[in-house]
Amino acid sequence: MAYVIEGSTGPWEVVIGLEVHAQIISKSKLFSGAATAFGAGPNTQVSFVDAAFPGMLPVINRECVAQAVRTGLGLRAHINLVSRFDRKNYFYPDLPPGYQISQYAHPIVGAGVIEIELADGSTRSIGVTRLHMEQDAGKSLHDQHPAKSYIDLNRAGVALMEIVSEPDLRSPEEAGAYVRKLRSILRYLGTCDGNMEEGSLRADVNVSVRKHGEPYRTRCEVKNVNSIRFVMQAVEAEATRQVAVWESGGTVDQETRLFDSGRGETRPMRSKEDAHDYRYFPDPDLFPLVLDEGWVEDLRRALPELPDEKRARFIREYGLSAYDAGVLVAEQATAAYFEAVARGRDAKQAANWVTGDLFATLNRTGRTIEDSPVAAAALGRMLDLVADGTINGRIAKDVFDAMVESGEAPDAIVEQRGLRQVTDTGAIDAAVAKVVAANPDKVAEYRGGKDKLFGFFVGQVMREMKGKGNPGLVNEAVKRALT
Amino acid sequence: MFSLTLAGARAALRRRDFSARELTAAYLGAIEALNPKLNAFITVTSELALRQADAADTALARGEAENLTGIPLAIKDLFCTEGVRTTAGGRILAPFVPPYESTVTANLLRDGAVFLGKANLDEFAMGSSNMTSAFGPVTNPWTRPGDASPLVPGGSSGGSAAAVAARLALGATATDTGGSIRQPASFCGIAGIKPTYGRCSRWGIVAFASSLDQAGPVARTVEDCAILLGSMAGHDPKDSTSADRPVPDFAAACQRGVKGLRIGVPREYRSDDMPPEIEALWQQGLAWLREAGAETVDVSLPHTKYGLATYYIVAPAEASSNLARYDGVRFGARTEGADLTEMYESTRAAGFGAEVRRRILIGTYVLSAGYYDAYYLRAQKVRALILRDFTEVFARVDALLTPTAPSAAFAQGERMDDPVKMYLNDVFTVPANMSGIPGLSVPAGLDAQGLPLGLQVLGKPFDEETVFAVGAALERAAGFTALPSLRAGG
Repeated sequence: MAYVIEGSTGPWEVVIGLEVHAQIISKSKLFSGAATAFGAGPNTQVSFVDAAFPGMLPVINRECVAQAVRTGLGLRAHINLVSRFDRKNYFYPDLPPGYQISQYAHPIVGAGVIEIELADGSTRSIGVTRLHMEQDAGKSLHDQHPAKSYIDLNRAGVALMEIVSEPDLRSPEEAGAYVRKLRSILRYLGTCDGNMEEGSLRADVNVSVRKHGEPYRTRCEVKNVNSIRFVMQAVEAEATRQVAVWESGGTVDQETRLFDSGRGETRPMRSKEDAHDYRYFPDPDLFPLVLDEGWVEDLRRALPELPDEKRARFIREYGLSAYDAGVLVAEQATAAYFEAVARGRDAKQAANWVTGDLFATLNRTGRTIEDSPVAAAALGRMLDLVADGTINGRIAKDVFDAMVESGEAPDAIVEQRGLRQVTDTGAIDAAVAKVVAANPDKVAEYRGGKDKLFGFFVGQVMREMKGKGNPGLVNEAVKRALT
Repeated sequence: MFSLTLAGARAALRRRDFSARELTAAYLGAIEALNPKLNAFITVTSELALRQADAADTALARGEAENLTGIPLAIKDLFCTEGVRTTAGGRILAPFVPPYESTVTANLLRDGAVFLGKANLDEFAMGSSNMTSAFGPVTNPWTRPGDASPLVPGGSSGGSAAAVAARLALGATATDTGGSIRQPASFCGIAGIKPTYGRCSRWGIVAFASSLDQAGPVARTVEDCAILLGSMAGHDPKDSTSADRPVPDFAAACQRGVKGLRIGVPREYRSDDMPPEIEALWQQGLAWLREAGAETVDVSLPHTKYGLATYYIVAPAEASSNLARYDGVRFGARTEGADLTEMYESTRAAGFGAEVRRRILIGTYVLSAGYYDAYYLRAQKVRALILRDFTEVFARVDALLTPTAPSAAFAQGERMDDPVKMYLNDVFTVPANMSGIPGLSVPAGLDAQGLPLGLQVLGKPFDEETVFAVGAALERAAGFTALPSLRAGG
């Protein structure tokens, strides 16, 4: 069912477009040699270029350009071999030159596409309008002094990619899936770490609402939303607000708003740039950026396998469901972990273990797949023990928990704790006899036609055997004893 | 000592006729004596100059002379000099001491030059008279015979030109955005070249209009300019617009002669209101070149007439953005205010003079939404046509000869009431900036009032060698020996 907001006048469709600012992974800034590491002391990563001292000039960082091109290729987008930098002029203390250098008119990357996957298993293609490079501004700190604002220029001049989507998204879920997928692609490419808490990925959310079949109505831009959850909440809050405005006979004004996550509402931004005329013009300090086609092809050839390709391969090679494959490829490290477990083994079982017990463990312990308490090789070995009958499937859960606890190898755990599966029919028959003897009334009921009790006997025998009985042999023995 | 050219002084230093310290001390003495009258220097760095001269003497004694070892120069106060105040002629930068050295001045220091001090200029290089400097006007060392009224040295490199003409320095750095090297050279009876855009690094030069600004030297002779440019020029990875090509031997090119060269005479540079003596000098210059073996041909540069108008759109537009950084926040002068906006406003109102404010306003206007297409975009299109004119003409000729400026030096205070009249000074020089081509002004004669007049040689992009060859030939033919009334060693 398509997502709608139910208003007093009926359902409203939501139209969403996203502008995502992604900080490019690079050692130095877009136009200066200053470092970019997060968390350094205030104003310790500032060159004279970043501080816009007289006579300082920008020089493009080749690695940042390569990162932008890689990203464009990863978005299956058109790479513009000639692009240009413009100046966006406005005064603010965290913008030392009084202008931001940005590719306004001629971006480096043109139209592309992102496939998003939804919870119901369906996918949708979302258009990417463009990707351009620009400089970040510094940071204004208004809470350090009662009367003064402090400025930290460490971030000033850091390279950003602004990735603009078409207004193709229609629900909070789709908006969330878009950001999640984009982040996944960026992380695969190694062009942005996607860390939204540190601000290396931020989204401006453009929202409008309309009745089915109408042209677009006025949109509002919700600025600087810094988590996927907030993106989804901001869409809903803003769309709901707009529906209320329209339905009360009002008009939505095109404006910039902020999302207040505490109150779950958007409000107009107290703007540092009220109705600004940015006076864009080509930056005369920089010639047009001309890319060599061969260089772009080299970058294309060196691209890693990206989530969509990997997902298709997992479905094809491992016979996984689209959903499982999608979950496993979201992070490159997860996919690599899965492949290490699945290679040469039952892939579906490997997928179940990774998305089931392993993910649950990671969640519970707050660890990432990179520092998982159970290494891929150890999990694989454990699956081998199941496959060759050393342990049964139930005991495997205990072995896994013991691996998480102790960090020991599965073989050692099985040996030390005596968890080896019992296939000795004598031992099994003895356990069965004990259970039959202890439950004469149940035996009578079963023999009287209460078939459902079969499971009870199997369970009792397994309990008697501390779970180690071979399930097939136990079944057979129980059946024999009861007939 | 003061009658020596830069080339002559260099030879004398190498012969040890006198020491670099003696030479520098003599020039510092001349500055002390004459600068109060001329105001050519904003800052004089005597101690630093003597230290540099001593270092030069040590190098000379070891026989390790570089291109400019021991040569005392004036540095236009638009070039950032490490540890030496750099004002750009404006109040807003009056307290600014750069922690870095511009590439051009670093190149000169590398080659052994001695810096006497920082030369006065129009505020942020915006002006054609040196009347807009926050540090007071520069006085031209030339005067009209029998008339004591002070004349302008031209602008914006007025301090550089006046210092060289009055023999307060053997040469000077200058910059040229619309004629700021060539027009003051013409007004002061010296030589000056604006090289091809990209020939000298702009790194560390306070920016006026980035796509037009270019550094170059002023000096007494064409050869001296060639020697200086040889040190100033060169690729700089810190300036993305700097050209990655080798620096030719410009000084050697001065000896080439003009035999067989085709010199174009652009008919659009002839106007009805041009003084007849300038027209006559132009014809004389062409005759000299023909006598030296060149051929002169009439050519047409049809878009010349739009040059000035489009220049006064492009240059202020870029300036309005370039000067946004002077906000009192990180360096320079600040005037406090109740809030941020008020601080910005009072800082910039107090810090910028009237001409700079005028250009910031014009530039802001022409870039504004709704006006951008009509002004800036259109101007850039015309600019492309101006360049095409030159490209087409240079397919047929090796260089062009024109007057440098439509007049000789005028009196201080003249033309101040009408900015457009002032802007008209740049009519012959602006096209070289709009197209990026090199232009050299050579002192060629005197007007009826005994004031110097220059002729301008324009050349193909990165063909300064031919420009120097033609300029040197003109210089030899003109035999310009007149001297200003105010000068050292007079």
